[in-house]
Amino acid sequence: MSALPRKSRYSAWSLLREGLRGQGGWTPAWRDHDPEPAYDVVVIGGGGHGLATAYYLARTHGIRRVAVLEKGWIGGGNTGRNTTIIRSNYFNPQSAALYDLSVRLYEGLSRELNYNIMFSQRGIMEVAHTDAELESMARAANAMRISGIDIELVSRQATLALAPLLDASPHCRWPVRGALVQRRGGTARHDAVAWGYARAADSLGVHIIQGCEVQGFEIEAGRVVGVRTNRGNIRAERIGMAVAGNSSVMAEMAGFTLPLQSYTLQAMVSEPLKPCLDTVVMSTSNGVYVSQSDKGEMVIGGNLDRSPSYAQRGSFRVTQSVLATLVEMFPAFATLKLMRQWGGTVDTSPDNSPLIGPSPLPGLYLNCGWGTGGFKAIPAGGTVFAQLLATGRHHELSAAFDLSRFATGELIDESHAGVQH
Amino acid sequence: MQIFPCPSCGDRPDAEFRYGGDARKSRPGRDCSDAEWAHYMHQRANTRGEALELWQHAAGCGRWIEIRRDTANHAVVATEPMTR
Ligand SMILES: Cc1cc2nc3c(=O)[nH]c(=O)nc-3n(C[C@H](O)[C@H](O)[C@H](O)COP(=O)(O)OP(=O)(O)OC[C@H]3O[C@@H](n4cnc5c(N)ncnc54)[C@H](O)[C@@H]3O)c2cc1C
Repeated sequence: MSALPRKSRYSAWSLLREGLRGQGGWTPAWRDHDPEPAYDVVVIGGGGHGLATAYYLARTHGIRRVAVLEKGWIGGGNTGRNTTIIRSNYFNPQSAALYDLSVRLYEGLSRELNYNIMFSQRGIMEVAHTDAELESMARAANAMRISGIDIELVSRQATLALAPLLDASPHCRWPVRGALVQRRGGTARHDAVAWGYARAADSLGVHIIQGCEVQGFEIEAGRVVGVRTNRGNIRAERIGMAVAGNSSVMAEMAGFTLPLQSYTLQAMVSEPLKPCLDTVVMSTSNGVYVSQSDKGEMVIGGNLDRSPSYAQRGSFRVTQSVLATLVEMFPAFATLKLMRQWGGTVDTSPDNSPLIGPSPLPGLYLNCGWGTGGFKAIPAGGTVFAQLLATGRHHELSAAFDLSRFATGELIDESHAGVQH
Repeated sequence: MQIFPCPSCGDRPDAEFRYGGDARKSRPGRDCSDAEWAHYMHQRANTRGEALELWQHAAGCGRWIEIRRDTANHAVVATEPMTR
């Protein structure tokens, strides 16, 4: 399956061998390259989407003269800042198809990349606090089942059995009425997804170029023919951008606007503790969600900050309200100490669905608008974007997400769902 | 918490204000094309740096104001009553 040469594969045997030899034989997972003057395809942005795209370009389409240009370090954007929830319980059939492809690819990814991405299908649940919420969940569940998604509506009793630390007392602030459960959902290790794709892409000849910031485009006869960077100009037949919260800034360099607004989404982790929560719990009405990492930390998130921002820094007010709500839902967490809090700049679209397709500038293609929920979509996003960059034509699953939907009105509205991750 | 200066109420906590979109945008006329309307509806300048934004002092005087704010560091550069 794997693209890696035999000698650099990770295995029980290689662990044992290196253990006995004093760990001296490991080689770097990927190499740093200086940019060459030209490539077949340049992918801007070394997050999960950019790296996965480069990997599938080489692996599926045999295009090996590919460069990923990353202004900082790979995985240092939202991919390395996210709370790693993976699920495919989306309302519209176009979304269900795309996100479920992603879950299926995640299921085989550690093996395919020969890199342990620690995908843990511990299940995710969205808790209903009122009967009205439960009714709208039933409607959503029916729609998802028609799309073939494994989703269950479970009782209060079953919800509390899955997450016994939820407050079940009679006068609690967030009563538990039931939940929407996807058992194939879960979490993965975010850095490992970026690094695993980088390593596999590198072994197929892709150039991963860090510290390389795109500052403009070379345009000839109305078509983009290259990028201008702090490390020189680089020409390419086709250019893909997967720069998440910076998409509008890049679009401005290319001379167009996008239907996106950048906001801060923040997350935080507690001190580590013994295993006490073996599923992902999300609240539909207050947006707060929590899971326990393999290190034992509680990984906590909530809704967006309120004002447009590129600061990669969230306001204390949101931190405070997320934590206050969490403690109402899980009284036992009130004694935990908070270890870290951070923010990422997410690119929200009007219908909470991604933008995938040709941009208004010929030769430049878009993979953006994933907003608060694109980590789960990395394998599928890479698959469809690689096809677009290799052939110039949409993958059947990405056509609906084309930019043209904003002119035709065929929006794929996922904003009603409440849960955004 | 951040302090936003309201032209009528003075310095107030940002929690009292509600973001209302890009102040540079204007609604096209009734005879506009579909493309112009779609552009108005969905496209965003989404400026990195100084942006001119509409905010309402919702939990205060209720007035709409224009705030010039740096989206890269959240600094409020100027506030004025809404000009249109
Ligand atoms: C706090 C938080 C929690 C989240 N939780 C979840 C979750 O639980 N589940 C989920 O599915 N999603 C979640 N998300 C969303 C998810 O993180 C993103 O949708 C996803 O990581 C986007 O991946 P990407 O590769 O498109 O972008 P990124 O990982 O942001 O990568 C884009 C890269 O482009 C680079 N770049 C930008 N400009 C330039 C330039 N000019 N030149 C070169 N490089 C440039 C950046 O440095 C960056 O590394 C969360 C996001 C945040 C912030």
